[in-house]
Amino acid sequence: MAETGLIHHDDIVADDSKRDFIFLAAGAAGAIGAASIVWPLLAQMGKAADTLALGSIEIDVSKVAEGQQLKVLWRGAPVFVRHRTAAEIAEAESVDVGSLKDPETDDARLVAGPDGALKPQYLVQIGVCTHFGCVPVGEAGEYDGWYCPCHGSHYDTSGRIRKGPAPRNLAVPPYEYVSDTVIKVG
Amino acid sequence: MSGHSTYEPKFAVGRWMDQRLPVVRMGADFMAMPTPRNLNYWWTFGGILMLCLIIQIVSGIILGMHYVAHVDHAFDSVQRIRRDVPYGWLMQSTHAVGASMFFLAVYMHIFRALYYGSYKAPREVLWIIGCLIYLVMMATAFLGYTLPWGQMSFWGATVITGFFGAVPVVGESLQQWLLGGYAVDNATLNRFYSLHYLLPFIIAALSGLHIWALHVTGSGNPIGVSDKVKTDTLPFHPYFTVKDMFAIAVFLMIFAFFLFYLPDALGHADNYIKADPLKTPPHIVPEWYFLPFYAILRAVPDKLAGILLMVGAIAVLFVLPWLDTSRVRSMRFRPIARWFFFIFIFMSFILGWCGAETPDDNAFLGLSFYRLSQIATLYYFGYFLVILPILGLVEDPEERPASITQSILDHGDKQKPETVMAPAE
Repeated sequence: MAETGLIHHDDIVADDSKRDFIFLAAGAAGAIGAASIVWPLLAQMGKAADTLALGSIEIDVSKVAEGQQLKVLWRGAPVFVRHRTAAEIAEAESVDVGSLKDPETDDARLVAGPDGALKPQYLVQIGVCTHFGCVPVGEAGEYDGWYCPCHGSHYDTSGRIRKGPAPRNLAVPPYEYVSDTVIKVG
Repeated sequence: MSGHSTYEPKFAVGRWMDQRLPVVRMGADFMAMPTPRNLNYWWTFGGILMLCLIIQIVSGIILGMHYVAHVDHAFDSVQRIRRDVPYGWLMQSTHAVGASMFFLAVYMHIFRALYYGSYKAPREVLWIIGCLIYLVMMATAFLGYTLPWGQMSFWGATVITGFFGAVPVVGESLQQWLLGGYAVDNATLNRFYSLHYLLPFIIAALSGLHIWALHVTGSGNPIGVSDKVKTDTLPFHPYFTVKDMFAIAVFLMIFAFFLFYLPDALGHADNYIKADPLKTPPHIVPEWYFLPFYAILRAVPDKLAGILLMVGAIAVLFVLPWLDTSRVRSMRFRPIARWFFFIFIFMSFILGWCGAETPDDNAFLGLSFYRLSQIATLYYFGYFLVILPILGLVEDPEERPASITQSILDHGDKQKPETVMAPAE
């Protein structure tokens, strides 16, 4: 090593510190090379370009009658478009937000139309239970919203988790009103 | 393996080969392993499991010739195999029923190891490799169950991959990386097929290590006293190959009963409905062999805690050799531990029952399945983490025979009460 400096093997003079350096440098280059090969092997499992490109769909919400729900497949998961009744809206707005497991007001779960006003009758959310990904059943459960049959999560008329193992409210997808009656999801 | 080679080539061609590549000698020596002469039928499940693996690989490779791994064709291609492919009905049923039979045999094998203390020194590594095989078996079974692309396939895959979503911070990214998309879809089906084809060969390799480790330590036996003298053992072949063949014949009769008379009894009717990402079946349950773990998952109301408990239920098996403090291997000589063990088996069945039912329903006397699964889960962990560690220190074991030979010589003239208690002896 460094303190011995030169080592004599019969006639050959070897500098061990240089050998150590070459050994470490070769090892480091090998490790970087291996890592750069492993990364593509792992990254290939991620979302492919065409999967990512299946970005957005347009939905005509005016075709959903009051008290009905439309299910549309977006990114392989169902999107619920619910035309809520006045009673359901009132029920959703009357809840004490502080008492919720995942506190959110009903208004915070809505998106404003082109005129800047909220349309509380149209509730748009991803129909995937936040527990283990089942599709909740509409107009069911103890809070008149959605009920997940898999492990018994109850959501209210705003899609907020009220009872059961699910940790969060039903997700609201990114969407906007492109006209008075058409929304663009994604 | 102890002792030196006893193989003698009978023909000139055998001698010629033996001097160049002694592969026949290796096999012959392998099969001549000295094996305790007192093994009972609980020791035949190793051979049965090897047969199960071969059946699954052969039938699986054949199914792979006809199966189409695409969301639009997978369901129909399985129905085509069952209806149109010559003997496809036999191959598909054999593979599906074979999976259940494989788990039936592996549970018997594990219960035997737990009762007779097969995991104790010097067989810890042998046991850990066995746990690994069980883990890979579960992964393989889960991946394979997705392939027919029925409703249970799809929603089972959704729920199980959802477990990874519960990992803090990186959960969602991890889950989508595993799925190859935002939800279970064609990318998921394709990779599941690829991995389902790979893992059985990993199991085969691990089984090789398992058997290698067995040959190093030698087999355990029902009295848990190591073999000491030559009369304690017999060569594996022909004595135990014949015994294993008899057990295999009985096992195959059970297999054939399900295969030919009840091919769908161990599956779910919902899997004859094509996968629909818009509609979840009202009652999702896994295959019967996962039910106890499913019950543990649901025993706590918290998502992450449920998953940790379920993972822990398997992880605890890996450290069992160090949790059980008793130096006595066989529970035949552990009068108290034996009863805790029988309760453990009972509780495992209770967990399986809970896993099959709806948590809020009434099990009996107003006790919900949810509460019942909590009691059974508590016992499951209590058995490994509290009962076995403490019992090994406080229990007074019964006197054990001096040797295997001694135990057999005694057997005829005085009937011991514990031999009556021991199963299948």
